Amino acid sequence: MMKSLLHYVALVLWLALIASTPLFADNYTIRIAISLTMFSAMAVSWNFIGGFTGYPSFSTAAFFGIGCYVGAIAQRNGVPLVLAWVLASVFVAVFAALLGAIILRLKGHYFAIGSIAIVEVTRLITSSWGSLTGGGDGLNVPLLQGNPQEVASFVLYVMLSILVLAFCTSIYVDRSKLGFALKCISQNEDAANMVGVNTTVYKIIAYTLSAVFCGTVGAVYASWIGYIDPTDSFSILLTVKVPVMVLLGGAGTVFGPIVGAGAFILLEEVFWANFLEWNRAILGLIIVFLIFFLPNGLLKLDYNRLFKRLINKKARTPRTMDGTS
Amino acid sequence: MTEILRLEHVGKSFGGIRAVNDVSFSLQQGEIIGLIGPNGAGKTTLVNLITGVHPLSMGKVFFDGEDVSRQQAYQAARRGLARTFQIVQPFPRMTVLENVAAGALFGGQAGSVNAALEMSRAELAFVGLEDFADTPASSLALPNRKRLELAKSLAMRPKALMLDEVNAGLNATEIDGALELIRKIADRGVTILIIEHLMKVVLSISQRILVLHHGELIADGDPGDVIRNPRVVEAYLGSKFAARVQAEGHHV
Amino acid sequence: MDIVQILLNGIVLGSLYACIAIGFSLVWGVLNVINMLHGSFIILGGYLTFFAWQYFGINPILALPFIATTLFCLGYVLQYFFINKVVTAPVLTTLTLTFGLDMILYNLMTVFFTATPRRVTLDLGTLNIGDLYLPVDRLLGMGLALCLTALLFLVMRVSKIGRAIVAVRMDRQAATLMGIRVNHVYAITFGIGAFMAGAAGAVFSMVFPVTTNLTGVFLGKAFVICVIGGLGSVPGALIGGIALGLIESIAGYTIGPQNAITVGFVLMLVLLVIRPSGIAGVKGYE
Repeated sequence: MMKSLLHYVALVLWLALIASTPLFADNYTIRIAISLTMFSAMAVSWNFIGGFTGYPSFSTAAFFGIGCYVGAIAQRNGVPLVLAWVLASVFVAVFAALLGAIILRLKGHYFAIGSIAIVEVTRLITSSWGSLTGGGDGLNVPLLQGNPQEVASFVLYVMLSILVLAFCTSIYVDRSKLGFALKCISQNEDAANMVGVNTTVYKIIAYTLSAVFCGTVGAVYASWIGYIDPTDSFSILLTVKVPVMVLLGGAGTVFGPIVGAGAFILLEEVFWANFLEWNRAILGLIIVFLIFFLPNGLLKLDYNRLFKRLINKKARTPRTMDGTS
Repeated sequence: MTEILRLEHVGKSFGGIRAVNDVSFSLQQGEIIGLIGPNGAGKTTLVNLITGVHPLSMGKVFFDGEDVSRQQAYQAARRGLARTFQIVQPFPRMTVLENVAAGALFGGQAGSVNAALEMSRAELAFVGLEDFADTPASSLALPNRKRLELAKSLAMRPKALMLDEVNAGLNATEIDGALELIRKIADRGVTILIIEHLMKVVLSISQRILVLHHGELIADGDPGDVIRNPRVVEAYLGSKFAARVQAEGHHV
Repeated sequence: MDIVQILLNGIVLGSLYACIAIGFSLVWGVLNVINMLHGSFIILGGYLTFFAWQYFGINPILALPFIATTLFCLGYVLQYFFINKVVTAPVLTTLTLTFGLDMILYNLMTVFFTATPRRVTLDLGTLNIGDLYLPVDRLLGMGLALCLTALLFLVMRVSKIGRAIVAVRMDRQAATLMGIRVNHVYAITFGIGAFMAGAAGAVFSMVFPVTTNLTGVFLGKAFVICVIGGLGSVPGALIGGIALGLIESIAGYTIGPQNAITVGFVLMLVLLVIRPSGIAGVKGYE
């Protein structure tokens, strides 16, 4: 109980720090803050299907991309800003629910491949449907009003709201009947069915939850950036990055996705700034490191043991020095 | 006595192979019935058909007066038609209590997670696992895992319970404990269908015996009559065993 | 365009596709690992072939066995020291790991070789039979691809290691009890997967320009072919490859080349849901 209270306090402080960046930091830092919040929101979303339910979904980029395009197209056709975002979210939710009814019948590797294929198919369709989406040339999105600083803070607060909403949903799910069902499914789907869990419906709900916030994030992102194209919106890199963030923090936990996304984005920022040419390889190294040394994520590390080991090492070091000198 | 479960000409083929063929019988409320048959007779397939794991190829299943031939597995659980598995199926990373709560929450009537956890304590005590409530299910030894399966099924408040090889892998003392538990469950008014290959178990506890052979029901009746039935003797028991049972006057 | 020409193009392309997918299918079928490195292995094979030809004047066909063997060693090492450690973990872990390794390999290739499209130009001319138009280099590529496929088929059927791979695929535990070193067999299998990818890359570089931007495209093709043809068998990959070649060729002619790839992916999704064993439904190497 104490420990979880501590987690909540830390989270509130962290979000407050992000929210206060417009007060003291430059535009570049605010951009990092936006990036942090939007990836945290997507990581929290992915956790519904990948963490709680244990389905290796790689369709995040499809939801994000569709969110971008629906938001952008709605705005270009005169739908007001916020309504366009809502529209994009609803569209993505319906898309995910329908799609989920089909592909959630697959398991394991087949589900993974199927969910990646969704990203490819949506990207290819977007590229070739030129009359609606502008094809490979991309699409201009009406710009937000105000000077860059104002726009950035506005986007930041919108993204933060999405993150808070997603996080609250995830706390609710974690404690509710729904969350219990998802955990049953992730541990033994046949047994879940046998105790009366309607696995099909619960999986579809989890998949839809994993999509809807990504759709909103996509729509807001499109309005912020002002220009979208198929390669950027439906990127395989994004679709793998988000699960990696969750794994980094701790899959299936409430706080893990936010911790993971935070650590990942900050690391990435450091590498972008210093080793631009090797950016991708360094991300690869992080992944390899993560799989071998942090298989359960940062949150589930036994910090007490780690701490003790460090102290022991320090205590031992002087003695050996004495011995040699 | 009221009828709880009725099968009418139930059959199932897997790619042309008849696993279960034209099986009809009915179970009365509160009965303990044994379902026996040699390996590969189609016992587990029959349970899977009744509980909606496999769709029926032909025939009908009625449960509590309702045609449930097309039900899904989760619907069977919610209707009060519970089962245990030959190979126990716990949720490994949940505690024993949470495992039982899953049954209470989804198959039973528990309204919330907390209510389900509360209800589950009683079931754990009933099967004698109260001391293990907070240990992970994966750390239980086999006899206790079987008890956990029972508690999970009971938490679903079943009207009928099918126990698939619930005694397999247990030693004599453990089996006696399990049988006592089964009698206690029957006393709660739950109809029990025991799927077994151990003769002793089935004969001593069942009021009625069904015998399945090559997917067909070849006998249905009083245990004493069934083991003397020539078709059963030929198909399953072997004449030696039947002779010995008769000689020892082993009547149930 | 003549229908025969379209079908012929499809078959030529399909043979190359089969060669791309076969290693991927082997690794997935035997190790239960979705190898995200596969696309980069193919490109690496293509680049090495190009550089051997460009700077040392080595004939690509001569270079092919050496390059493929290099890839085999790379694959063996990666599997033995890395992937083997998590080979029994859920798909999320293994897929993420191979994706991470792929990011490293990809980055190394772009830094050292750049993303410039490169192609070995052999100038073999074209073969004209009636109205049919067939570039000889493509025919050569097709021949090589089919030879490699046949070679793998033979290795799996006849050789000791091939039988060991089949045994491990069927039952890992039983194979261990029979004295098979599973880790070694896994590494060999992954190595063979990389060997076939490298060889496919070498063949490709004689027919089309290769660039690191194509790693994802090749990987996507491998997915589609595996699902169409069914998993983990040489005949399955061959059937899947030729099916995809024909589909793309016909779709390219009727509804435009940019939609041809979409058709392949959509077909794959449909197949995944209605018939995950593939249209051929061929069982493994048994």
